[in-house]
Amino acid sequence: MFMNTNTRLVSPEFDYLQPKTLAEAFTMLADHGGSAKLLAGGTDLLVQMKMERQQPSHVISLSRVKELAGITEGDVLTIGATTSIRDVSRSGPVIAGYTALQEACNAYSTVSVMLMGTIGGNICNASPAADTAPALLVHDASAVLRSGKATRTVPLRDFFTGPGKTVIQPGEILTAVELPKPAKGTGSAFLKISRVVADISQVCVAVVLVRDGDTITDCRIALGSVGPTPMRMKQAVGALIGKRGTPEAFAAAADIVAKDITPITDVRATEKYRRHVSRIIARDALLTAWQRAAEGAAK
Amino acid sequence: MKKHTVHFTLNGSPREYTVNANELLLNVIREQEKLTGTKYGCGIGECGACTVHVDGKPTLSCLALAVSVDGAEVVTIEGLAKRGELDPLQKSFLDHNAVQCGYCTPGMIMIGRNLLDENPEPTEEEVRTHMRGQLCRCTGYASITKAVMGAGKPAPEFKIPAE
Repeated sequence: MFMNTNTRLVSPEFDYLQPKTLAEAFTMLADHGGSAKLLAGGTDLLVQMKMERQQPSHVISLSRVKELAGITEGDVLTIGATTSIRDVSRSGPVIAGYTALQEACNAYSTVSVMLMGTIGGNICNASPAADTAPALLVHDASAVLRSGKATRTVPLRDFFTGPGKTVIQPGEILTAVELPKPAKGTGSAFLKISRVVADISQVCVAVVLVRDGDTITDCRIALGSVGPTPMRMKQAVGALIGKRGTPEAFAAAADIVAKDITPITDVRATEKYRRHVSRIIARDALLTAWQRAAEGAAK
Repeated sequence: MKKHTVHFTLNGSPREYTVNANELLLNVIREQEKLTGTKYGCGIGECGACTVHVDGKPTLSCLALAVSVDGAEVVTIEGLAKRGELDPLQKSFLDHNAVQCGYCTPGMIMIGRNLLDENPEPTEEEVRTHMRGQLCRCTGYASITKAVMGAGKPAPEFKIPAE
């Protein structure tokens, strides 16, 4: 795949813009329209440009836009779009309340890429294999999209429209993701299968369970690398809500997951392998999340 | 394509460069400064050979535009030694024979230094987790891991392995 490209250089030519405020960024985006690209950590965009798959006329770097970075706690947890994956993984509120997201961040590539890569970049790149996407989906996250004129909040379940495609409109910037507070009795987990830890996932799964005694009162399951977008599993969830959380119930739900996903065979894994391990890691993630939910504190 | 004037400190000394927007930090370091310790490996963020510190954080210089580090402090492997004295981690790499062909070594030391700054006595697992982005194709990971764990401690005795 990389054989015919010299990755020592970025060969496409472009003009580099470095706004200091969001207002400046909107103006630049309006001036250069569809031929401009937003640059966050660069670990995806610059690789794409080296491959000449992306040849923007203008690159607008968001790294100096202070209002886009950082994590704030309020009615919801707001994670600024240019917050690094490393900072998300080490954030107190994330560690305390959003275990699946923390585990997804820790499973993300390598330390240097975690430090450079951003949560906004990871979801805007819209890879079906993005580690943070299934975790954000099960934590019921929303994407905050702003343009010069308006702000809209899109549930992440409606955000991805295909490989590399999202609902972001020209002139819009993803400024943050928002995570609602976890309900009492919540447990979550993220599991990933990859050739080596630093590799892109062959399959990954995230689970949130809410329990009241032995009963599952709410549940969300999402998988990555098993379809054109990160996928939520509605059938399997339907089979669990209101039921008792038993190993049998979780195994049955994992069977439904393995049926409902639409994986392909590619360079990383075969369709058959993906279905096989999806069942196993979905079951394991459900069992882990269930146990964590019992440990009391909302996690 | 507009040229940009960028200022940053490289290994403690202030520098000014005129670069194209698409110039990579790696190529400024290697070609303009002739500091060839920092290596070009994969070019796509998978091998870690080009790791430098930007404002103290390990950064892949093959995926960083030179314009984007304007105002930053950049440190390469050449900048770790202080007043002619090697960094304890560099010494430890020598003591543990943790270098074979040497291509991955600068990147290994830059990320290892970052780990030790955060956690001076890492476990083997912590070393392997933190350094999972550094590829060594001589596969000398065992000695490299020992070198990071042993940095700042007395040098190990050399023993001939038992048959």
